[in-house]
Amino acid sequence: MATTHTYDAVIIGAGGAGMRAAIETSDRVRTAVISKLYPTRSHTGAAQGGVCAALANVEEDYPEWHAFDTVKGGDYLVDQPAAQLMTEEAVDAIYELEHWGLPFNRTPDGKLDQRRFGGHTRNHGEAAVRRACYAADRTGHMILQTLYQQCVKRNVRFFNEFYCLDLLMEEGRVAGVVAYELATGDLHVFRAKTVMFATGGYGRMFKVSSNAHALTGDGPAVAFRRGIPLEDMEFFQFHPTGLNKLGILLSEGARGEGAILLNKDGERFMERYAPTIKDLAPRDMVSRAIFQEMKEGRGAGPSGDYVFLDFRHLDPKVLEEKLPDITEFSRVYLRVEPTKELVPIQPTAHYAMGGIPTDVDGRVVVGPQETPVPGLYAAGECACVSVHGANRLGTNSLLDIVVFGRRGGADMAAYAAGTEAPDLPGAPVGSTLDMLNGLLTRERAENAADIRKDLQAQMYEKAFVVRTEDGLKEMKRDLANLRDRYSRVGVQDKGSVFNTDLMEAVELGFLLDCADALVTAALARDESRGGHYREDHPLRDDANWLKHSLAYREEDGSVRLEFKPVKMGPYLPMERKY
Amino acid sequence: MAPDPTTGRVLRDSDEGSVAAAATVSLTLRIRRYNPEVADDPWWDEFTVTMEPTDRLLDALHEVKWHQDGTLGLRRSCAHGICGSDAMLINGRNALACKVLVQDVAPKATIEPIRGLPVLKDLIVDMEPFFAGYRSVLPFLINDDGDPERERSQSPEDRHRYDDTTKCILCAACTTSCPIFWGDGEYVGPAAIVNAHRFIFDSRDQGARDRLKILSEKTGVFRCRTTFNCTDACPRGIEVTKAIQEVKRAILFDRF
Ligand SMILES: Cc1cc2nc3c(=O)[nH]c(=O)nc-3n(C[C@H](O)[C@H](O)[C@H](O)COP(=O)(O)OP(=O)(O)OC[C@H]3O[C@@H](n4cnc5c(N)ncnc54)[C@H](O)[C@@H]3O)c2cc1C
Ligand code: SF4
Ligand code: FES
Repeated sequence: MATTHTYDAVIIGAGGAGMRAAIETSDRVRTAVISKLYPTRSHTGAAQGGVCAALANVEEDYPEWHAFDTVKGGDYLVDQPAAQLMTEEAVDAIYELEHWGLPFNRTPDGKLDQRRFGGHTRNHGEAAVRRACYAADRTGHMILQTLYQQCVKRNVRFFNEFYCLDLLMEEGRVAGVVAYELATGDLHVFRAKTVMFATGGYGRMFKVSSNAHALTGDGPAVAFRRGIPLEDMEFFQFHPTGLNKLGILLSEGARGEGAILLNKDGERFMERYAPTIKDLAPRDMVSRAIFQEMKEGRGAGPSGDYVFLDFRHLDPKVLEEKLPDITEFSRVYLRVEPTKELVPIQPTAHYAMGGIPTDVDGRVVVGPQETPVPGLYAAGECACVSVHGANRLGTNSLLDIVVFGRRGGADMAAYAAGTEAPDLPGAPVGSTLDMLNGLLTRERAENAADIRKDLQAQMYEKAFVVRTEDGLKEMKRDLANLRDRYSRVGVQDKGSVFNTDLMEAVELGFLLDCADALVTAALARDESRGGHYREDHPLRDDANWLKHSLAYREEDGSVRLEFKPVKMGPYLPMERKY
Repeated sequence: MAPDPTTGRVLRDSDEGSVAAAATVSLTLRIRRYNPEVADDPWWDEFTVTMEPTDRLLDALHEVKWHQDGTLGLRRSCAHGICGSDAMLINGRNALACKVLVQDVAPKATIEPIRGLPVLKDLIVDMEPFFAGYRSVLPFLINDDGDPERERSQSPEDRHRYDDTTKCILCAACTTSCPIFWGDGEYVGPAAIVNAHRFIFDSRDQGARDRLKILSEKTGVFRCRTTFNCTDACPRGIEVTKAIQEVKRAILFDRF
């Protein structure tokens, strides 16, 4: 039988968002953090370029300029009050990280240094502005380490290598979660007054991605299966500069430091697409520009399927001191010497703008009326506040995780302190056991790894940078087929000790759910906005589509869509030019 | 400076690279296995996979796991050397499987779990003793002055003083390559010292005295015999031995 634990606050995920929330709750209410990875293995550690705030340390800057850029960068699908709040709280959030010891790079006079990043501008688009605080090109690593250090200091209770597989609800409120302990194969019930999902992204549904193997959308999928909608799933960010074929990220910080994009003719093609800020245009625009170059025959290599990032004109000291990790990635994985050679790059699936809908206090809200689900929270990449709208600006996600991790944690603690422990539903582990036993006992008619590979290849072909109605319709059929095959998956490892074979099969099921929601919403949205580009509807259509999508999983397995309005503010939608 | 990628060997090289990648190689993996549900003792298995030379060794292990033996146990996540999950003993040396390319080990590689920590299954070891060592050195900024309104000031030179040791990803490659650590469960090991160094030499920190006291105890830095295994093993290129020497010197000469 499953072991039962009782907590006030249970946080699923120990990346930046989860640990920032735990720091907030752990002093005030009984807190557990459940993570399938050791906290320091979380993908926040992969973030490179920076985290921004209008500190104005090196040039004039204001949170209001930052808010404007966030809204415009998000192609006006951003909820403007949330963006205003995030950009205002950014300043203190950065100081807090510094006070906790984060080793940011410094200016000669000892202040936090700041650098340029895509889409961040002075005075509503005049020119690129230095707003991103950074620690070389391992900013995310330093945030993850610093937050973990603070958790160690506070003795936060972690359940490492525990996989959350189900959300428990009772009479419309949260009752807890079910988790699988990897080391033993045991199931655990965490009875909890509040639960927060902070499980990160789901980029692993695409063949080329900057995301870790572990980023399989578990939190969103678990919630989706329990009737919680997923918001704006059609908006996925394809970062322009992943290492060719591998997808390993070369931070935008590279272009912030002066690296430029070249096509096979050696032309700096971004001058044609974004004459003002050129290579530092927002990611969706740069990725589309790269695809356009390839389509018009200016891609490099035998199949014309990549372009180049050029660092050769930079002082080698800049690479060594400010971009050491990405310099090494290019050396180790492509055997290319960036100080002398061009680095082959291509767009890579990078960031999920969509996710579990929340308000600015991390509370999960459902339906067009935004009804809160008592006790349920989400923060970080798996959540959709929405501060990123249709396209996230670089450095705004690390900001999102600390700002909304903190706010969500604070609200959880306050709510938990004033509420009674919930009752558990009957047979809390029933459906989890059915799922696991199915995978363990079925004959292996299908191999999860093959289905995952097909999913990734098909999504890369039909739901990537450039989408069409025909492609997405085909992808829907592909998904039905993949799901059918998935129902016949059996695993080879029948054991209970570190059965990662079993967990990979479960994760594939989560990915399929997220892909279903993504493709359904992408097919419905017959306009182009931010990261969602429909070749058959290339223009933004504010009259019909200035709204968020909400995808629900129906009893029969199909996906139903609803919509809710964007929260507007001072910024009126205008054409996005840079 | 006008970049001109159309001339010179630059472009040809990267193109040749991508053409060469199309040819595949065969790689035989000899893996030390252990599964407490199957047998009391470890055993060896051999698998042969066909890979692209530029694939990572981690990709080859995945090929085994996904298509030959699903029971193979290993940890991994990021697949590009930043999460610290997949340190293993590869041809007798500690490395991250995701940072070793197939072409560098083909046609044959021997793979074992890192040493000195209890093996739980195949390449998965119990990391708890390792993290306990890390936690013992007070790995967090200690400063009792109260937080200023803005950032604390730190010069670029002071920031540089501890830059190297901030790179640590807690992969345990150093600690589990250290003969003193194998021989003696008491030694906190290089990684814990690296993480203490990161704070001891941070001008904003005030906890050096406590950390140096912990590290001067019998489980601390003076166990180190300067074999340099740790520095060789570190996938982040941290000068581990140098950091340990600096901590030793701080204890001996600064008399905190
Ligand atoms: C290569 C790269 C570079 C980036 N660079 C930047 C940058 O420079 N600036 C910026 O702002 N953003 C950047 N981003 C984006 C940003 O890093 C991420 O969006 C952010 O770190 C996500 O944090 P998180 O806490 O939401 O999730 P993560 O850090 O991914 O953590 C997810 C956590 O959830 C846990 N988990 C998942 N599923 C389960 C489950 N079923 N049960 C239990 N636990 C589970 C995992 O163990 C993990 O602890 C980058 C992203 C990538 C991939
Ligand atoms: S010092 Fe290097 S080898 Fe040791 S744990 Fe840190 S990163 Fe790994
Ligand atoms: S898988 Fe992350 S370091 Fe190798």
